[in-house]
This record gives sequence, structure tokens and C-alpha cells, in this order.
Amino acid sequence: MERHRMLKESQIMKIHYITGIAAIFVVAVHILMRLIVPFGSSLEYDYIISNYKNIFYVFILESILVLISIHGFNGIRIILLELRQNNAWENMITIMTISATIALIAYGTRTIILANGL
Amino acid sequence: MNNSNKNNKDEKKIVLKIFRENTAQKTDRHYDKFNVPYKKWTTVLDALLHVKSYMDPSVAIRYSCRMASCGSCGMKINGIPRLACYTKISELETSTIECEPLPNLPVIRDLVTDFSRFFNHHKNVQPYIQSNDGVDDSDTEKKTFSFYQSPDDVDKYLQFSYCIKCGLCYSACPTVGTDLKFPGPQALAQLYRYFADTRDEAKNRLDIVDDRHGIWRCHFAGSCSKVCPKGVDPALGIQLLRSYMLGISKNEKKLAKKIEIKTNEENI
Repeated sequence: MERHRMLKESQIMKIHYITGIAAIFVVAVHILMRLIVPFGSSLEYDYIISNYKNIFYVFILESILVLISIHGFNGIRIILLELRQNNAWENMITIMTISATIALIAYGTRTIILANGL
Repeated sequence: MNNSNKNNKDEKKIVLKIFRENTAQKTDRHYDKFNVPYKKWTTVLDALLHVKSYMDPSVAIRYSCRMASCGSCGMKINGIPRLACYTKISELETSTIECEPLPNLPVIRDLVTDFSRFFNHHKNVQPYIQSNDGVDDSDTEKKTFSFYQSPDDVDKYLQFSYCIKCGLCYSACPTVGTDLKFPGPQALAQLYRYFADTRDEAKNRLDIVDDRHGIWRCHFAGSCSKVCPKGVDPALGIQLLRSYMLGISKNEKKLAKKIEIKTNEENI
């Protein structure tokens, strides 16, 4: 019996590849931002808070959060799908990884908003 | 007499270590060793048949053509899936040859494995041309015309049509080892073979493998292509299919149709 799914696996994999490639660019910017000041200073409290106040950097951080969460948790889903082959396991893994993605993005966004002082 | 002496001098001996198991009788797994004479042209299948004829007739092997055409004698020889009829003892350059059943397939007895799952995956991808051309009896023109195909069109799938369904790629695939629902390299390469064929008009063939356990689970280890005795590159077929599904590659069939329509319009 053919089951209806929200997304085809090819569509999920398109999202997986796009988020992976996009993450390389935003993470590269994130790392470069650490290098424009001495590395030790880049981890000081005031500097980090100032980063959160910079709207451009906030956008970068939010992008990293969303892209890495989607890409990472889908990667975990793919690995776990191979462990067992039955519908109960597959559905459980899918639901758990989607929930974890949403939870992580929500918590991370909350942190960004609080630190920004919006 | 002289020839006979020379032949005896040429003859060397090898230790053939054969995996033994009878799943129906639930016997313990073990290896039996046999000292087998061989010459430089002796294949592993020849050696196994020597064992069966003169030493132990109970050794179970599956074989037929002895010329790498039927794909029956696939087995793991010295750790690598190979065709026994296509592997010369002299080329292995070892003093002991270990023959085991193909991995990723259930053992029936000794070196004979059950190919049911493998063939089911093959059948699932609809490995035949689906076309409406020539089906309609009333259209006599279509019924009698040939399926036109240029040499370039043939080149797109030709190597994949050399598959003999020996199961070596399937047994070498690490994904099949963990995911039994994964169609395996053979089925996916055959899907590409028919997908790339300009005569084929099947619309939903790609949907069959666009699944949680479908084509996307291939890790691109490439072991399937390495073990193929016919030079087929299943890993390439899988990557080409993926690129079509991602929209990176152009669909050659759609392009051909567009060109055909354009040419017809120009002719009118």
C-alpha cells in the first residue's frame, strides 16, 4: 500500500544539500568574524553581547542555527533509518528529529532575541 | 610420455578452504580444506569442481556457463565477491584460497545463496521498456515502424545493459549490509538503464526508488563498480539518476521530445 508523505525523499535531500552548502558560507563568515579581533578577545562577554546587538551578525547567527539544525538532524534521521527497517521505527525517528529541529531552533532563536534585547 | 611428465611438472597444488553450512539441517558453520592440483589456466570453479568430483561430492556450488555469462557462480573468493569461473588461481597469488558464500544474501547451503530478495528488488524497478508506440492496432503506421535510436542514444545506457545479475555488486554494497529495503546497486543501475533509454515512456519509475530506503541511501562507497565482472559502473548509474532527480542534469528524453516536436513543426 502506497503511503502519502508530505515530502518526497528527493525533496528532503534537496533541502539537505542546500542547507549543507549554505551553512558552509555562513559558518565561514562566523569563523572569519572570530579572526578580526584577537581570538581570546573574541570570546569575552562584552564582545559576544556586542555581536548579538549587530543586526547583520544576528542574521548570520540565526541562519547558522536554522541551516545546521535542519541539515544536522536530517543527517541523524538518515543514519538512524538504516538501523532498523519498520514503519514504527521510521515514523518515530522522523517525528523525533523534526521535533528536535523545531525545539533547537526555537531555543536558539529565543537566546538570540534575549541577547539582542529586542 | 614426455608431454605427460611435463604436464605433471607444471602442476602445482593449492589449499582450497571452503565454507560449509547447511541451513536446512542447521549444521554448524565451518571450513573444509582440500589440496587441489592446478595449472596456470585453472579457475577457482575448476578447482571447486575437482573437489566435488574427486574429494567431496557434498560440496554445494551453483554454476552453469563457465564463461562469465550466466552470473551463477558468484562467491566471496579471498574476501572479495567474484565469479569463480572468471577468477584464475594463478592470478590470486596466494597459497590458500578461501571460498565463502556471497555476503548480504541468505545462505542455502555451502556456497549457494538465496537470490529471492535480490531478484525482487530487480523486479520492483520494472526492468522493461514501457511504451505505447505500436500498441494500438488501428494505427498501422505505428505498429510497423521501428524504434529509432541513434548510436549516441544507445551509448547512454549500453554499459548498464551488460549486467548479468550475478549479485556481486549487491553483496559488496555496504548499505545493503545494514538496510535490507535498499534496492541495491544492481536494481538502481537497471532503473537507470531503462530510464535513459529513449524508447521508454514510463512516467513513475523514479518514484519507486524515491523513498526512505531508496536511491538516497547510497553512500557512494563505489565497491559495486569495483567488483562488477562485466565492467558495469552501477555507482555511476546511481549518481546520474540522483542528478536527474535533483534537477542538475538535463532530462535527455524531454530534450529529444522537444527536438522531435520542433523538427516536425519545421517539416509541416
